[in-house]
Amino acid sequence: MVTRGFTGRRPASEVADRIPPGQSLTADFPVLSAGPTPRVSLEDWSFTLKVGPRPVKRWTWEAFNALPQTSVTRDIHCVTKWSKLDTPWQGVLVDDLLTDAGIEPPTPFTLAHSFDGYATNVPVADLVGGRAMVATHYDGRPLTPDHGGPARLLVPHLYFWKSAKWINGLQFTERDEPGFWELRGYHIYGDPWREQRFSGD
Amino acid sequence: MDAAADAGRPVPWQEAVIERIAQQTARVRSLFLRPQHWRPFTPGQHLDIRLTAPDGYQAQRSYSVASAPAEEGVYELVVERLDDGEVSPYFHDVAEAGDAIEIRGPFGGHFAWQASDGGPLLLVGGGSGVAPLLSILRHRALAAPDVPALLLYAARGWDDLIARDELLRRDEAEAGFDLVLALSRDRPRRPQDAGRRVDAAMLGDALARLGGPPRLTFVCGANPFVEAVTAPLLDLGLDPATIRTERFGG
Repeated sequence: MVTRGFTGRRPASEVADRIPPGQSLTADFPVLSAGPTPRVSLEDWSFTLKVGPRPVKRWTWEAFNALPQTSVTRDIHCVTKWSKLDTPWQGVLVDDLLTDAGIEPPTPFTLAHSFDGYATNVPVADLVGGRAMVATHYDGRPLTPDHGGPARLLVPHLYFWKSAKWINGLQFTERDEPGFWELRGYHIYGDPWREQRFSGD
Repeated sequence: MDAAADAGRPVPWQEAVIERIAQQTARVRSLFLRPQHWRPFTPGQHLDIRLTAPDGYQAQRSYSVASAPAEEGVYELVVERLDDGEVSPYFHDVAEAGDAIEIRGPFGGHFAWQASDGGPLLLVGGGSGVAPLLSILRHRALAAPDVPALLLYAARGWDDLIARDELLRRDEAEAGFDLVLALSRDRPRRPQDAGRRVDAAMLGDALARLGGPPRLTFVCGANPFVEAVTAPLLDLGLDPATIRTERFGG
């Protein structure tokens, strides 16, 4: 259906094929979160790997930062319809977390948990093979609290609500268990290229 | 009509006619949309809209619904003109009553309030961030007038206040509703209002006026505004789990 009088502003042709359907390019870095920014001190920070209810490995901030560091530059896509290209991150690949913990993924699904009680589900296949990291730096600087600092999950190929801010753990689950937004009408997987915004898309 | 009830059922795009446009302020107008199939919603939810150019290029945006669910058949959207925007200038400079656009929703299950959630309610809005709070207030007046609610509404000036006359009238007429205005570049017109940005003292006063800790707090506005409101609210002892935020802009 053509909207009378709407012409629109198209992205430059060289980046057009990097912008998923329904998304618009932004140069800013908008902040979206369900509640207040939690206050997480580095002394209190820790990251726990769990299999079901059972913790299998816990890192303090110091130990976490001693893990191998990886830098990536990725395009990110928020379900609120903005996309941002070439965002530079640094952190620890989920692969390297598993190596340090000395485990292979015991189930095909995970829930990422955060300090504020947030959770989001991500299949293991989307976390390993260099596809995801726990990021501690953005654009060469420590991640600011409103963008998820001290550390956030980065799963750039899924809508950005999957990249849980203020992450404090990753839990392997037997089933694909919906997290915070997935229980509130958002899509269970969230592929921006298939425009999986809401449940049923 | 909670999100769980809709789980798994696709929500299709549909045509909606712009029934009426009301100029709210110099930079803000309300669009009253009448879709083919109106869906009930929870106050606080948003609608997705889609515009299509003649060559098929499409732009999507999300806007909070400002009307109450009792206004069946219609969704009111509050659109602020962003001069460098792609969609809001269309709504301000081109769209007219009788035009049709596409919509989808309403969506969202967190920044939402229904009567059974109860109160007291602290609502804090900055600029056009007042839109979903208007829906909550309008619904509250009809569905749960006994629930105490306070709206702390920040704007640049008296003439930038969206739905100003309605809010002043509700403040007079509704026993359980209190309105406090924070005007950053204007003088206050009423004793309870302030001629400055929202700060910790103002939030403390708002909590005192509310007469008890809010069961739920809804904060909506640009991200710096939401941060400037929620940080002092945490300092004032509010449980972070009771604070829900909706943020826009960079």
